[in-house]
Formats: sequence, C-alpha cells, structure tokens
Amino acid sequence: MMDAVAHWIADPFAHAFMQRALVEVVLMGAVTGAIGTYVVLRGLSFIGDALSHAIFPGVVIAFLLGRSVFVGALAFGLLTSASIVVLTTTRRVKEDSAIGVLFAGSFALGVVLISTTRNYSRDLAAFLFGNILGVTPTDIALSAGVAGLVLLLVVLLYKELLLVAFDRDAAQAMGVPVFWMNLLLLAMISLTIVVSLSAVGNILVVAMLITPAATARLLTDRLPTMLALSAGLGAMSGVVGLLLSFHANVAAGGTIVLVATGMFGAVWLLSPRHGLIASRLARRRLMAAPSPTGLEPVRPHPSDGR
Amino acid sequence: MERGSADRQPAANGELDGGLVIRDLTVAYQQRIVLRGVNARIERGQVIGIIGPNGGGKSTLLKAILGVVPIAHGSVTLFGHPSATMRRRIAYVPQREVVDWDFPVTVWDVVMMGRYPHVGWLRRPGADDTRVVAEVLRRVGMWDARRTQIGQLSGGQQQRVFVARALAQAADVLLLDEPFNGIDAQTQEVIRTIVESGRQAGKIVLLATHDLVSASCTCDCLCCLNQRVVSYGPTQETYTAETLAATYGGPVIMLGPGGAASTVAPPHAPPPGPPPHPAHHPLEHPHHRHVHEPLGREHE
Repeated sequence: MMDAVAHWIADPFAHAFMQRALVEVVLMGAVTGAIGTYVVLRGLSFIGDALSHAIFPGVVIAFLLGRSVFVGALAFGLLTSASIVVLTTTRRVKEDSAIGVLFAGSFALGVVLISTTRNYSRDLAAFLFGNILGVTPTDIALSAGVAGLVLLLVVLLYKELLLVAFDRDAAQAMGVPVFWMNLLLLAMISLTIVVSLSAVGNILVVAMLITPAATARLLTDRLPTMLALSAGLGAMSGVVGLLLSFHANVAAGGTIVLVATGMFGAVWLLSPRHGLIASRLARRRLMAAPSPTGLEPVRPHPSDGR
Repeated sequence: MERGSADRQPAANGELDGGLVIRDLTVAYQQRIVLRGVNARIERGQVIGIIGPNGGGKSTLLKAILGVVPIAHGSVTLFGHPSATMRRRIAYVPQREVVDWDFPVTVWDVVMMGRYPHVGWLRRPGADDTRVVAEVLRRVGMWDARRTQIGQLSGGQQQRVFVARALAQAADVLLLDEPFNGIDAQTQEVIRTIVESGRQAGKIVLLATHDLVSASCTCDCLCCLNQRVVSYGPTQETYTAETLAATYGGPVIMLGPGGAASTVAPPHAPPPGPPPHPAHHPLEHPHHRHVHEPLGREHE
C-alpha cells in the first residue's frame, strides 16, 4: 500500500518535463500565496482579477516581439494601475467602473493582438489556461528570480506593508510613503501573476491569489503565520494538483485551483478557530453553560456569529 | 521612518520650543471647505479639548496636525518646524470605528507598530522596542491580553491598545480622536491617567470628543469648532451655555434637576455632597466632581 502511494507520487517525476513542472508550481504556489495574503487582507480581489487581465496585452506584445514577457506584463500592470488612479481623479468615474473599463478593454486588446498569429487558438489557450508541461528551463530561471524578489520584498518590507494594510493614516503619519507602497504592492502582484501564467494561466490566477490566503486566514490570527501558511498551502495545491492532473490526464491549471478550493472548503468546515463546525459547537456550549448569575442561560449576541 | 534633520533635534531645546502653532489653517476636501482659518497656539503641558458638532472638523483638525490631509492654506508647526517633518513626534489614536478589527494582528503587534518610526526601514524591532512595548502594555492594563487578536477585545480594551501604541511611540504630541466613545470605567480612568501624566511630562495633548463633560473635566482649554473656531480659551471661560449654543448652532439644553448653574459649574466650584444621580444628558455627568481635583491642583 505504502509502496503504491510512493510510486503514485514519485513515478511521474521520472519525466524531465514533470520535474520542471514541479519546480514551477512550487514557485508559483509560494509566491501567489504570500502576496495573496495582502490581496485578501486589503480586499483587492477585484484589483487582482483586473491586473491579471490587464497585463494580458503586455504578455502578448512581448511574445510577438520575442521579448521577455515579464517586462511586457510589468509595463502593462503599472500602466493600468496608474490609469486607474488618473481616471478616478475625475469623480464622475467610480473606482470599480474605472477598473472594469480598463481591464476588459486591455484584455480585448490582447485577444486582438494574439489573433494575428498563425497558431492563434493554441497560443491563446496557453496564455489563458497555462501550459505547465511545456515549461522551459529559462522560464524556471526567470520564475525563480521573480518569485525570489517578491518574497524578499515581502520579508524586508514586512513592517511597512503591514502598517499600510492595517492603518493607512498611521502609516502616512509615521512617514511611510503610502502611495509608493501601494504602487509597489500592485507591481508585486503583477509580477506574481506573470510567474503564475505558465502554471494556471491568466484566468485562474486570481484563484491562486485569493484561495490559499483565505484558507490561511481561517487557521491563524497572526500575519507572519498567515504569510507562511498561505505560501505553503499555495505550493501544496500546486504539487497535489499537478500529480492528480497527471494521473487523471486532465488540465493541470484547473486541477491545481480545484485542489486549493477543496482545501478552503475543508478548512472552512473544520478549522478549530473560525470553522463552521467549531463555531457551532462553541455556540452550543455557550448556550448550555449556566450563566454567571445562575439565573438564566447566556444568550450569544447576534453579532458573535462570525 | 522619516529621518529629517528636524526630527533629531532634542525635544528639550528651549530655543526651538514654540509648542504647536496652527496659523490660519484651511482644509478642503474636493470643493468643500471643512476647516476655515483656524488659529491656535498650544504650549507643552497643555491639554486641549476639541468639541463641536459632527462634520465640524474635529477629526480633520487632528489629521491636519498629523499631516495626512492636504492643507489648502496656512500652516501647522511644531517646535518651530512644519509638523509634516515632525511626524515621529506626533502620535495618533484613531476613532475605533475606522479600524479593521478582523485584521490578523494581536495586541502586541499593534502596540509594536508605535515603535516602527524608531526602528527604521528594513530593520527588525530590537530589545529596546520590546521593553517599551511591554512597559506600556502594563501601564494600560493590557499585558495579560497581549497575545489576543484585537477583534476579540471589548471596546474599552480596543481603545487602550491604541492608546498604548501612541505611548510606545514616545511622541511629544498625543492626538486622541473620540477616546471616550463606548468605553468602560476602567478605560476612562486609564485614559485620564495617561492624559494627566502626559500633561505633567510636558507633552501636548489634543483630544477631539463628543463627550462635553469628559472634555470639560480633562482639558485645560477647549477649542469649540464648527468649521471655524467659534471659541478657544480656558475651559472655565469656554464651557458656557452661550458658547456651546454658538458652537452647535442652536440652543443647547443645559438645565438639569438642580438648575443650570450646577450643570455648567466652573471647575473650581465642585458641587457639594454626593454626585448627582446619573442623568440622561451628557452635560449632567456624575464624574463632574472627582475629576476636577487634578485640574484644581494644577492651577494652584
């Protein structure tokens, strides 16, 4: 039995393409998990989704010119972020409308551009849904460099990122350049999305930014733990999803996201602190316990249902 | 994190000491003027209460001093330097309503944030910072709860955590936004003690509040704000029915069971006998009497 499990896990990695895929999904999972913590805590899900679409033309242009997709993606990520800031200065356009307009328009530009290539549908599918088994050693080196940079920034700027996320006024009052920190965070999210393109693709990357971090939040009340857990859960989803997709012969990107989603569901039900079952049990205990005065049972306040 | 040259000046330098000076301050959000032509000069050891109606600009004044809202006209200087370059020396306790209490930080983490300006970029808090955080946590009675996530605390405890963060910053100016909102007696006592020791240590304390009685008991001067300064001066001169009516833009009912005189009694004439029964109007607060005592001592 153990032997079968060991074979199930180890055998696929006899293939060189699976080894490369393994490295790539671990990098992708760790970096999306870590940066996703800030996406979740700051309520940037919509911005993350928007950025992943907005960088699409950048990726396509770089691809068509035979240049680095990282540069193209980063340029479009920053361009979109700046455009959002500029558009919303005229108060007629609300921020979510501005984001919606820009990311849809940007994505359309990418689709039009890629339709000029001969292998139109194959290239498009690779960008949209990832092509983890086609990862080259060059891709891995670039991903490792970018993931390393983003993770290093997350560690080095821990204090500043925390302060800006938790208490913007205090951050500004203490002299943290809030505007530049926000732009840096958007740039880090853009880079992270590019790292994830080959593994899960443009459409599903937002799941990797949100799901592992949301899962980690259910398991801990401390930011350093949440960062580490989220990175770990992201990497784990990548590895498990990759193996499952290999054995079941289904799309890797989708499987990876499904594994992450499954983990979230399980934790949501079973988490010892914030899980559904734990909070139901806690409520029942509270209802059953005699009140301090011994006169009537303590009724939980309606707002305690979190 | 700001390392301007002005920042490093010793606080006790008498030459530089102009206190906190606000000159002709005007603040506008978009096209709407929120504060117009505010002037004030606050010396070390003074406690100033900022009172006035909602939308009167109380929070905005604090934020302008803090340098987080754009100033349309005028200036704020601290010890002779623009307050924006003196940020490390100004600590701020936000209104409880604006804090994200679900954020995964513990009491300890929040108080440690007060040390960040002293730690500097790319560095980790050291033994000194740990010592300061432990000390202020004990001072506000939150040491035992230091590992608790902030959302699990009561309203009063939450307020004390942010007061502790401001203390950890070891600033010269303490800005408190609605510190008396929805808190328990213990927290009220902690805040009063901290304001009092700030006064004695020669700090400048500004508190914006709806709680007129707490303001009148705690503060040396009141700044009555309704987009402009309606009245600014020693508490016993500004805490009158006429000033309050002018500030709130209408008659303020000050009559209690004992008549108007007892409810707006100046700080030096505490009502005799046991405190009156708690009444429903904030002006008839039972704490009137005993909190006057430290003030009285101060003025002798």
